[in-house]
Amino acid sequence: MVHPKAKPASKKPVSTPSRDQALHFYRQMLKIRLFEEQVNQLYLGAKMPGLAHLYIGQEAVAVGVCEALRRDDYITSTHRGHGHCLAKGASVDRMFAELLGKAAGYCRGKGGSMHIADQDTGNLGANAIVGGSAGIATGAAMSAKMRGSDQVAACFFGEGALGQGLLYEVMNMASLWKLPVIYVCENNQYNEYTNYRETTAGEVAARAEAFGIHTETIEGQDVHLVHAKSLTLVERARRGEGPAFLHCNTYRFHGHHVGDVDRSYYRSKKEEEEWKSKRDPVKLLAEWLHKSEMADGKLLDQIEAEIAAHIKEAVQFALEAPYPDPNEVNQHVYA
Amino acid sequence: MKAPSEHSTITNTVTATRQITFAQAINEALAEEMRRDPRVFVIGEDVAEAGTPFKVLSGLVDAFGSQRVIDSPISVAGITGIGAGAAMTGMRPVVDIMFGDFITLTMDQLVNQAAKIHYMSGGKLKVPMVLRTTLGATRRSAAQHSQSLHAWLSHIPGLKVVVPSTAYDAKGLLKSAIRDDNPVVFFEDKMMYQLKGPVPVDEYTIPLGVADVKRAGSDITLVATSSMVHIALAAADALQASDVSAEVIDVRTTSPLDKEMIIESAKKTSRAIVIDEGYERYGVTAEIASIIADGAFYYLDAPVKRMGAMDVPVPFSPVLEDQTVPTAEAVAEVAKRLCNKR
Ligand SMILES: Cc1ncc(C[n+]2csc(CCOP(=O)(O)OP(=O)(O)O)c2C)c(N)n1
Repeated sequence: MVHPKAKPASKKPVSTPSRDQALHFYRQMLKIRLFEEQVNQLYLGAKMPGLAHLYIGQEAVAVGVCEALRRDDYITSTHRGHGHCLAKGASVDRMFAELLGKAAGYCRGKGGSMHIADQDTGNLGANAIVGGSAGIATGAAMSAKMRGSDQVAACFFGEGALGQGLLYEVMNMASLWKLPVIYVCENNQYNEYTNYRETTAGEVAARAEAFGIHTETIEGQDVHLVHAKSLTLVERARRGEGPAFLHCNTYRFHGHHVGDVDRSYYRSKKEEEEWKSKRDPVKLLAEWLHKSEMADGKLLDQIEAEIAAHIKEAVQFALEAPYPDPNEVNQHVYA
Repeated sequence: MKAPSEHSTITNTVTATRQITFAQAINEALAEEMRRDPRVFVIGEDVAEAGTPFKVLSGLVDAFGSQRVIDSPISVAGITGIGAGAAMTGMRPVVDIMFGDFITLTMDQLVNQAAKIHYMSGGKLKVPMVLRTTLGATRRSAAQHSQSLHAWLSHIPGLKVVVPSTAYDAKGLLKSAIRDDNPVVFFEDKMMYQLKGPVPVDEYTIPLGVADVKRAGSDITLVATSSMVHIALAAADALQASDVSAEVIDVRTTSPLDKEMIIESAKKTSRAIVIDEGYERYGVTAEIASIIADGAFYYLDAPVKRMGAMDVPVPFSPVLEDQTVPTAEAVAEVAKRLCNKR
């Protein structure tokens, strides 16, 4: 018999994800993976102006977090932002169009890879200033609270942003005012070409804890774990219980950007191989689906073929789409 | 030392007016806009019970509560970024940056974020935010509390910049700034807060981007901003004795800039001096002088002159500081020379 004053168990067992949910996560993660591989091809084929920072290897973070959000919740993103955009609901054709500087792109070709914003899915924009969006995400959370909406904002940033003062200014205010914002630190181990341990004193989690912010450090390659944790933190924020800091350990499988091919001077092949073979979030989910008998190889192949076809079509659309009218250059400077 | 004059001219009001200070005008504009629009809120250091060190916001927290007049930590970049995020998602924040010198700390959030978001998003996102701050020397506040850095922000596409010179303009322009869908930086001369001027009892707004003839004249145009409008008006008074009729144009907003009115006045008078309290080099005076040189070239009888703050960090000692800002005497001297009057 349960004692009337007994506290409820603090750790509820994580319920097994449903087959539908798991397959949906798989589709979303694979979409990001194949999208990014295609971006790399566009770069190698000299079809894309500029560079891009690929999200491959980190898919479980974007999908796990965004699947815990509603469509009208906000996100802010980073230079490595394609995964966040797609996970929040952006469509691949308009993403490709933006990357190619076409008028059909999410920003009419004015933003490009590092500035994709999509108001319809609550995406307040990728940001090419490391740590630059922490204020915007916190302000969006403040606005949600002031308007009495129960929206939540998720602020994605790499561990490199831990070096920027703005983050600490706004985390302080978020904690003081119990703002519904989740700071998602994607620790892919490297600030560009430097291991984060060379740039980051103390423990990452301690930095948020210092502000009294609820903090979790987790394996970011397990989408179910990221999702379950995010759900708890998001619902907590939605109830008015304040901000949270989710520190996800992850890894980018490619270079810092598409042109960063020779990486031996800052990280070893062995390290890369270890992550790719043992901690690939897409493979891990595929294995999980197999093991729990939710999908066989045939189904997964079929899903992959569907997504690949979708991506192919979207790239074709973007390649054929017209550029913006040159007269648009001085439009949208002012609202 | 520049002394605030009582030269506020009212050109386009028909209603009853009363004399209020520049600070009261700002306070009234905020109160009216907060009453009108529940999305408007104020955030900054010591803005609530303290009403700012200049007491410009006194009483607002009593009227609107601490949920809308929010005391923030001393996090200048943080409140600017939070303002931008709130503005993008349905609010209309008025961010208070205590001294214009601290604008340096807002730079990324203003210049790389707020100013560019509308453009970068292809016109989808908007940042209807106002950032109020100060400019102006001669307060014996030394190098880090005396600068006039409005030129920096006037340089940036996507920002609007307001530099009012009278209580009347301050109120009407601030109301427009709050209703504007763009990030607007609003510079108030701290020496002017106690300057009184006539302000209509009834509500009014002044559009951004329209200059104002503060005094009509025919021999020379004095184009001025903010604090320097009063210097120009005092110079114009003094020039009367030398039989020089000076026209004083108050640009009111450096971005957008009313180029047309400035050029037309220079064409009419054939001479111009541009006066601004920002550093002279690469400054507002350089921009406006080049616009006049370009737009009125064939009408000019003399080179366009620029008078800005001396290119030194603002010194503390009064005998040093007073030399750094254009004075009415200096402006009158230059004007007489340009008009060949001695
Ligand atoms: C303020 C600022 N400094 C430097 C850069 C150049 N830069 C772009 S990405 C990057 C590394 C960021 O590392 P991290 O935040 O961990 O993100 P990751 O690239 O690992 O996803 C740097 C230094 C920048 N964009 N902004």
